[in-house]
Amino acid sequence: MTTFADRPLEEQIAQWRAYVSRRQALSRPDVEELEGHLRDQLVALTDAGLAGDEAFLIAVKRMGSLDALSREFARAHSDRLWKQLVMAPGAADGPAQTGSAETLVVFLLAVAAACAIKVPALFGHQLSPDEEMPLFYARNASIFVFPLLAVYFVWKRGSGMVSGLWLALPFAAGAVFANVFPFRPAGDTEVLTVLHLPIALWLAVGFAYVRGRWFADGGRMNFVRFSGELAIYYVLIALGGFVSILFTFMMFRAIDMNPDWFVAGWLIPCGAVGALIIGSWLVEAKQSVIENMAPVLTRLFTPLFTVLLLAFLGTMAWTGSPINVEREVLIGFDLLLVLVAGLMLYATSARDPQAPPDFFDGLQLLLVASALVVDGVALAAIAARISEFGFTPNRVAALGENLILLVNLAWSAWLYARFLRHRGSFAALERWQVAYLPVYSVWAALVVVMFPPLFGYR
Amino acid sequence: MHMGKDLVAASATPLVLAILAEGDSYGYAIIKRVTELSGGHLQWTDGMLYPVLHRLERQGHVAAKWSASEQGRRRKYYRITREGRAQLVAQRQQWKAVDGTLRGIWMQGCTA
Repeated sequence: MTTFADRPLEEQIAQWRAYVSRRQALSRPDVEELEGHLRDQLVALTDAGLAGDEAFLIAVKRMGSLDALSREFARAHSDRLWKQLVMAPGAADGPAQTGSAETLVVFLLAVAAACAIKVPALFGHQLSPDEEMPLFYARNASIFVFPLLAVYFVWKRGSGMVSGLWLALPFAAGAVFANVFPFRPAGDTEVLTVLHLPIALWLAVGFAYVRGRWFADGGRMNFVRFSGELAIYYVLIALGGFVSILFTFMMFRAIDMNPDWFVAGWLIPCGAVGALIIGSWLVEAKQSVIENMAPVLTRLFTPLFTVLLLAFLGTMAWTGSPINVEREVLIGFDLLLVLVAGLMLYATSARDPQAPPDFFDGLQLLLVASALVVDGVALAAIAARISEFGFTPNRVAALGENLILLVNLAWSAWLYARFLRHRGSFAALERWQVAYLPVYSVWAALVVVMFPPLFGYR
Repeated sequence: MHMGKDLVAASATPLVLAILAEGDSYGYAIIKRVTELSGGHLQWTDGMLYPVLHRLERQGHVAAKWSASEQGRRRKYYRITREGRAQLVAQRQQWKAVDGTLRGIWMQGCTA
């Protein structure tokens, strides 16, 4: 590097570079090229007798307006904003060591996950197309892949070995509790473990994601964003996988071979775990390149669900027909609350906390309020007949979840109302939302650890 | 003399290609050469050269390579390709036609 002896000048150049780097249309090599130009210009100007800061002013002025410049760059590279979705920055040319090292690590971790899922087959847990999938795999699904995801984040964030070992603890505990209990075949408590263990362990992945600094720098909200984007990517990858499975069947059957065993025993399990690692890497790589998907979906569906809930309430009030309390109704309303809480969380994640309340915030409050009313009506109906049901593990779990979500939404609605009436800040709502996150995982952990012995493993 | 934006933009391609036809070069040197050749009449905003170079690179008229400069910093050098030379010939004919037409009409004005 031609460095200038003039320290302030170097600082000004560094500032300029940082400022220019923020432009999306400019890639790292572009910035390097422009910086080279700036430095050549500075050398010429200082040689002509100008002082460092004078030369800097002139050189930057000659470079032209950055807005116009990045517009021209965007026109010359209209594909760039798209390509960055899959390529690590600077992968084509320029310094790309970090990018390619990361690609290698991700690839190895994905392969490791694919191998991990095949290890139990050596011990007699076969996956075959003729039988139903053994619940062993469902119980342990998160244990095969979440630790590797945590390893990725520990590596990426440069956390130390010690924090990495601390993170191993929850996964080890999860593996123990998923496997030591003598579940009755296809019992309720076993299914509950299948459903709740991933939620409990996702918190540990979150700790790896935020580098163990759970409370610092909005890391929790970033983890929420990451989770949403990952879900979207995972669905997209799964769709692609489904298409490739269809083609596998079509082609091999055409030559009278049956690929059943390969698809059921290898392609689906290995693909399912590998896709989680690859998906996470994609989310990390394209972070901040374009607007995130989850908030966009939130904006689309918040009005839709508000209308749906209001229509439901209106119809119920008009016809006076009570909620028909069937077996699944509680779980159904749980899912409704999960959905509303999710919409709320992602709306919060995408909002500028400083902005004043707008129409969408009012809509959000209306959504939460109507969800609360609907759930209240449903709970009242269920409570009236709870004695008839008796307490089964499923019902206790569903009731607990309903309660947790209800508390979250009720307090959120209160904070939202305060915000809309300019009595409170949006930051308070955001703080509440992220502070509440561990509650879900703790409850899920309780279900995994306590419920099987409590209900006699049925 | 102030030159219109459109004319500057239109003349950029043949100018850059012609300079590269003289020999490989890099951004800063190209701009210096332009100023030299035009006697200061053609003032480019420095940054604007780079999108032009990149567009030419994508069209295959020039090829670029990063290599070390004399001060040891990485620098992107541009070289004209065979397609670039063909393009330069075509552009030259077009500009000649424009030039000839304008000359014709202005000469008439002079004699009249």
